[in-house]
Amino acid sequence: MSAIDHLFRKLRAEGRKALIPFVTAADPDLEFTAAVLAELVARGSPLCELGIPYSDPIADGPVIQASYTRALAKKVKLAEIFRMLSAVTPTLAAPVVTMVSYAIIRRHGPPQYVADAQAAGVAGLIVPDLPVEESLALTELCRAAELSLIQLVTPTTPRDRALRIIQSSSGFLYYVAVVGITGERQELPPALLDNVGWLREQSDLPICIGFGISLPEHVRQLAPVADGLIVGSAIVRRIADTAARPRHDVLQEVGDYVQSLIDAL
Amino acid sequence: MAPPTQLPDSAGRFGHFGGRYVPETLTAALDQLVEQYQQAQADAKFAQQLQTLLRDFVGRPSPLYFAERLTQQCGGAKIYLKREDLNHTGAHKINNTLGQALLTLRMGKSRVIAETGAGQHGVATATACARFGLPCVVYMGAEDVRRQAPNVFNMKLMGAEVRPVESGSRTLRDAINEAMRDWMASVDTTHYIIGSVVGPHPFPMIVRDFQSVIGRETLQQCQTELGRLPDVVVACVGGGSNAAGMFYPLIDHAEIELVGVEAGGRSDAAGDHAAPLCHGEPGILHGSYSYVMQDEDGQTSDVHSISAGLDYPGVGPEHSYWKETGRVQYTECGDADALRAFDTLAKTEGILAAIETCHAVHNAMQIASRRSADQVVVVCLSGRGDKDAAEVARLRGEKG
Ligand SMILES: Cc1ncc(COP(=O)(O)O)c(C=O)c1O
Repeated sequence: MSAIDHLFRKLRAEGRKALIPFVTAADPDLEFTAAVLAELVARGSPLCELGIPYSDPIADGPVIQASYTRALAKKVKLAEIFRMLSAVTPTLAAPVVTMVSYAIIRRHGPPQYVADAQAAGVAGLIVPDLPVEESLALTELCRAAELSLIQLVTPTTPRDRALRIIQSSSGFLYYVAVVGITGERQELPPALLDNVGWLREQSDLPICIGFGISLPEHVRQLAPVADGLIVGSAIVRRIADTAARPRHDVLQEVGDYVQSLIDAL
Repeated sequence: MAPPTQLPDSAGRFGHFGGRYVPETLTAALDQLVEQYQQAQADAKFAQQLQTLLRDFVGRPSPLYFAERLTQQCGGAKIYLKREDLNHTGAHKINNTLGQALLTLRMGKSRVIAETGAGQHGVATATACARFGLPCVVYMGAEDVRRQAPNVFNMKLMGAEVRPVESGSRTLRDAINEAMRDWMASVDTTHYIIGSVVGPHPFPMIVRDFQSVIGRETLQQCQTELGRLPDVVVACVGGGSNAAGMFYPLIDHAEIELVGVEAGGRSDAAGDHAAPLCHGEPGILHGSYSYVMQDEDGQTSDVHSISAGLDYPGVGPEHSYWKETGRVQYTECGDADALRAFDTLAKTEGILAAIETCHAVHNAMQIASRRSADQVVVVCLSGRGDKDAAEVARLRGEKG
């Protein structure tokens, strides 16, 4: 069992839901990333998602793309991100999962990547460009290392396929709320509640919903059907101009924002 | 191992290259494409319809032309040009876009998106869409919008919307990223007509198959017009579609030497060229595992070529397979040599070839000059060079 399995077991026993913030590693630098993770956990996030910057993210909208571009412009390396995590994860009262392109994992070699992630205290992986058919080897490696390999189901996923994805997913199932890329939306698709409801009937695996979520209304609407809600672009946008402002102000603003969502759970 | 002509396997693999590394959102559409393509292949009416279009709309077969004065100048093997530049819209790209436009209709999709580098694929997609009344959006890197301006206007004339892409290096790679992102949101109603043998399965297979008309015709023309097979066949490699279309039908003829020419750019230094098969390593880009220019973390590197159509850090997975099996030899040609070949072909043969194509022409001239007069070298003349005339003039400091 991974730290994420333990977390959701505990949350369910307590009848609580998770607000899962996403931030991009090294935007604008790793020192800030460490500080923002601490702030998010202090505000009550029981799980954080860290985006590993990638040069060609297909599933990401302009806000997260730009954050990756900013981080990579400073030539941040994976080894440095893991070094920061090694120092930070033992101090956090919440597990961290990484969102990472398979291009990066493949380049390092899946066994090496999993070993390095584990050594850095990472609890799980979300690999947005690795469909279930291609994930067999990584699933085995993650299982052996007690890391969760969190798979995604989307509104375009046929139901028989969704069942296969649930079987292979661990930690939680990531339900993608919209057909499209990451980014804040005013309205979420009306079929969302039914689709997640159907998935719930198929499995006990915790389900977290992401893509498009940014407003307290979204949180109020979705929390009853989900174990957790993932918020990315709305946070990354608030970090985008960190270079031009006192860091303390940015941390405060991000913290207040996440707090407002947690209050809506 | 399966014979090379039966690849890819059902997972889209050529050896260990290829596959499908894309967000889950796109998987159902790719599965649908596999299924509809299989049905289309089994449907005689589909083949008939495509063949008629290729004959009456594109003007196929394209000639296999003896380049007499170029041959004399090189003083060696006979050089023949497979004249894809004479196709409607001036390049091989139309072979693929008509096939995929028919698939679009078959799948009941009502909108088309595409990426383009040189603009030839954009023009060919806009043309196919105009022919079938499909709305069309073409993503094109802002740098390429500048250096291939004539093609931008042509796309618009045919009713396509051209969206300049300002992210990253503002070239072909970024245009593919944006097209994929559009497709992420529009996949229910839209087909993505990808322009080369790249991307997730089944694109490398489908594009290769539609382009294979080049190699099939070449085989037949060699047999009927020359009474023999060629000794060497040369094609330029960006994503690799004209080369794959030329090579695939020849793969089982082991006696024919196949040569793919990548963009050597300014130098061998990282960032100065766009030659992943010559200088890169296997990795993932745009949904498949293949040779690519990337750093030790898997981040795609910036590349350079004078030619927008070759200015791409990746290459189709089947080429990686052919490299690894040794069936095709991959080399490169630099910017300056390509420009010289542009000039030579214009002055000796009266043909303005695309600057992409000129990479193959240069290396074919070198090969021919080292061979005896009884040998035959065929070059895939993948496209015409009108689009490049103004940019070539600018690079020389002349007025276009
Ligand atoms: C005339 C011509 N040749 C070659 C290419 C390179 O593409 P590919 O390697 O897919 O044939 C292009 C691409 O734009 C082109 O326009």
